[in-house]
Amino acid sequence: MIRALALLLLLALPAAAQQEQIVAGMSQNRVSITADFDGSEILIYGAVKRDAPRPEGVGPLEVIVTVEGPSTPVTVRRKDRVAGIWVNNAAVRVDRAPSFYAVATTGPLNHILSDTDNLRYAITIERAIRAVGITAEADRAGEFLLALQRVRTNEGRYRLLQGRVELTEETLFRTDVVLPSNLTEGEYKVRLFLLRDRRVIATQERVIGVRKEGLERWIYNLAQDQPLIYGLLSLVLALVAGWGASAAFRLVRA
Amino acid sequence: MQLYLPIAEVSVNAFLILGLGGVVGFLSGMFGVGGGFLITPLLFFIGVPPAVAVATGANQVVASSVSGVMAQLKRKGVDFTMGWVLLAGGIAGSALGVWVFRLMTRAGQVDLFVQLSYVVFLGLIGAMMFQESLRSLLRARKPGAPVRRAHVHSWVHGLPFKMKFRASGLYISVIPPLLVGALVGFLAAIMGVGGGFIMVPAMIYLLGMPTKVVIGTSLFQIIFVTAFTTVMHAVTSQTVDMMLALLLILGGVVGAQIGSRVGMRLKAEQLRILLSLLVLAVSVRIAADLLLEPSELYSVTAGLLP
Repeated sequence: MIRALALLLLLALPAAAQQEQIVAGMSQNRVSITADFDGSEILIYGAVKRDAPRPEGVGPLEVIVTVEGPSTPVTVRRKDRVAGIWVNNAAVRVDRAPSFYAVATTGPLNHILSDTDNLRYAITIERAIRAVGITAEADRAGEFLLALQRVRTNEGRYRLLQGRVELTEETLFRTDVVLPSNLTEGEYKVRLFLLRDRRVIATQERVIGVRKEGLERWIYNLAQDQPLIYGLLSLVLALVAGWGASAAFRLVRA
Repeated sequence: MQLYLPIAEVSVNAFLILGLGGVVGFLSGMFGVGGGFLITPLLFFIGVPPAVAVATGANQVVASSVSGVMAQLKRKGVDFTMGWVLLAGGIAGSALGVWVFRLMTRAGQVDLFVQLSYVVFLGLIGAMMFQESLRSLLRARKPGAPVRRAHVHSWVHGLPFKMKFRASGLYISVIPPLLVGALVGFLAAIMGVGGGFIMVPAMIYLLGMPTKVVIGTSLFQIIFVTAFTTVMHAVTSQTVDMMLALLLILGGVVGAQIGSRVGMRLKAEQLRILLSLLVLAVSVRIAADLLLEPSELYSVTAGLLP
């Protein structure tokens, strides 16, 4: 629904502002998770296409690139000291939080992006985490949201890359986004925004497919689709390895 | 060499996992414990999600126990009659444990429950073993001290349903071994361990089994309990990581073979004192987690509250 709303707003953008559009590309539009996967770096680049000469009397052009992994509901728990030991006490449920989120910009976010457009396009990490109706669950739910951001930033899942988009001649731009090795499978949404005077004037969307491949794919599918066979296979593997090694040792010693 | 684990969804160093399996396998072969109480916390530490660590740990324990049992079979160190009786109790205990586990999960305190179980059981067993083995070690050093009798008659020998356990040289009631098996099965379900660390002392001190059959028989029972656990986890939560298990097993089976040979050279008292120290160390480590203020008070779990 939010996407539809964004599309509607996009159509409602003033015609004058649409003089500048994004032409974007990526170094790869799929990431294969194979056995030796250890993170991946994606180059996102593009150019600004203009029907008319560069507009006069407006602020400088800014670019924001976001990469968003599949969202899931999450539970944030806080430990408290109860009878001398630290235990999970309060918990807050967050309806949807992306498993990965990176924001790369040409400059400090609060300088180049207005609050209204941030609200509209859900650009910053705080906005990307959609928390609906959590205030009822615990006192100071805001602390839990901050903790969620802090924990995931420390895990390398959330990244704020201010000033990491290179913009040349207000026309060409590029940025690198590193995807960590603990990736979740799914569609990664790449959004590009052009801004002037803290307002979004053009947007573009791309998708990166992150998928397990080869042996990884086979194992994962078997575990999901045929869990009993998978479990028994794991056992057989364990029995063969255990018996085989002991037989091998007997041979060596004999 | 980095390796991506398909179920755990993390990238780990393959040699680190091999080494981890080797060390735990070595201890497992030496003491006749499955090693689950070591491998599960170690996997948490390197970033494997807890659910995957518990389930995969169980799978690894199957392999290292099979490997250990093969070595013990050659030495005629397995009492099959006793093994089957313990197993019967184990399955009943495990079923009860799964039920309690589900109850605690619903209450939202399963982590605490598991940690407290670790601290209480490991601490208790470790302290008891340490005290007992220290005493017998000191007694052995003192010449002319009274020799400890092999069989001490206690209330255990007055119970009905007696059965002959030929390999152990025992003629006792089946009730104590059934209860020991049930307790171990219960702990296996709630702590994600094989339960050797509790079964070994129970067999020695409670049932009065000779040390030479204790290790083989406990491994025999552990194989079946952990095999059952592995399949249950694979079916209910898809958390068994075959790749991770294979690496742990490869390291573990080699370690277990070496460990069981080293174990033969050591005296039973020395073996027990070392095992008790290891058990106490793990218990203290987990207790510290509960008592010290964590650096990050908050934790994030994907998925909804249970």
